[in-house]
Amino acid sequence: MKKDGRQVERLQLPFRVAFHISMQSVRIRFWRSVITAAGTVLGIAFLVSVLTAMMIQRNSGAITDPSERYRMTWLVIMSLLVCLVGITNAMLMSVTERYKEIGTMKCLGAYDIFIVELFFIESALVGLIASVIGWFLGVFAVVLLKLFGEGFKVFGWVSPGEVFLYLILSIVIGTLLSVIATIIPAQVAARMPAAAALRVEV
Amino acid sequence: MAVQPQTNQTTATGTEYIVRCKDVVKEYMMGTQIVRALNGVTLDIVRGEYLSIMGPSGSGKSTLFNMIGGLDKPTGGSVFINDVDMAQLDAQELAFLRCRTIGYIFQTFNLIPVMTALENVMLPMIFGGLSTDEAIDRGIELLKLVGLGERLHHKPSELSGGQQQRVAIARALANNPQIILADEPTGNLDLRTGKEIIELLRQLNKEQGVTIISATHDLKMVDVSDRIVWIRDGRIDRVEERAAVEVRVGDVEGTPG
Repeated sequence: MKKDGRQVERLQLPFRVAFHISMQSVRIRFWRSVITAAGTVLGIAFLVSVLTAMMIQRNSGAITDPSERYRMTWLVIMSLLVCLVGITNAMLMSVTERYKEIGTMKCLGAYDIFIVELFFIESALVGLIASVIGWFLGVFAVVLLKLFGEGFKVFGWVSPGEVFLYLILSIVIGTLLSVIATIIPAQVAARMPAAAALRVEV
Repeated sequence: MAVQPQTNQTTATGTEYIVRCKDVVKEYMMGTQIVRALNGVTLDIVRGEYLSIMGPSGSGKSTLFNMIGGLDKPTGGSVFINDVDMAQLDAQELAFLRCRTIGYIFQTFNLIPVMTALENVMLPMIFGGLSTDEAIDRGIELLKLVGLGERLHHKPSELSGGQQQRVAIARALANNPQIILADEPTGNLDLRTGKEIIELLRQLNKEQGVTIISATHDLKMVDVSDRIVWIRDGRIDRVEERAAVEVRVGDVEGTPG
């Protein structure tokens, strides 16, 4: 970058360092992360439970009502949207809690984009873990429920390949959901002035 | 020791001013009313001096401090750091200045809670492009310098207030800054620990030649400061020079240029 003939070298935040900071952040603020993750866990669990229930029904040879399919799709989309809002809210609270930390990083030279990066990595991590948990809960709940109703023949109706596909689908949707929900909070965080570091809470 | 002395850049006038404030005015909007926090402050800060800005809360002390530190922009007048007008800098250049030229110390220590002492000290160096190995070596060296060589891998929550402030001082020194800005560095510390921190700052000022600018109302600072600027109602009320110090500052207010 050049200006008036002055050369300004770019500051940097290597991905490895950013990843480490974000990972520590999730670990140390465990309960805050759990609240953020809860949205993704519930959304994904609902999605997977619907998919698993449909699969079991199909494999059991029961006749499915096509209109049921649309109704469920609609419900899943709505639930994911509600989760999106929930995660955004939790992340926004997390940003306000961290104003001093963000201001300090800026005083140390962080660009706005560093802050955005940190929040995105953090939410992707939380989203990833939450998706796997949500997937497990969804499959587990439905299989357990059907087990009580139908007995052990349920296991014959569960195709492992399909369940594994759900895992991949969960991870993609869950992580994406978590990252999309963080767009606004990350922007709020990035706009935090460096002077926020000096604020003393009353 | 790799902590090198500052490179000298003599200005045209012969005296080395590292920070120059010229008729600085700052106004804030409070609802519909305009509040004037600074009402024409002119102050030149000499390279290598230990300057304390004192004044009651609401005097404009913090506002002036923020202007000098590049944390806020004046409504009128200008602030020059190393003869560069701060108003001319864009966001990236300001970030660079904060990373390389200025080291910040805060009343509430402000260590990044998720990082260890060493990682905190390393962060500005990583931003500045140092490799991890170089940053580790220098980080350890700086923590030893502030007397925390045994607590490299402690998290801030595992350190006392005084120890946290020492880490913060090491972090402020990370990129060999020319200026250290300390906002009430002893405000959250007990008497004895506060005194130790002041002594450490004074020692760094003497040994490394780093200019220290501190906003404070801790009178313990008076003993070590080269100059004390008293702010009142957004103006410089008076400037006191420590008698023991040889007079090396020309004039304070109304410097030509």
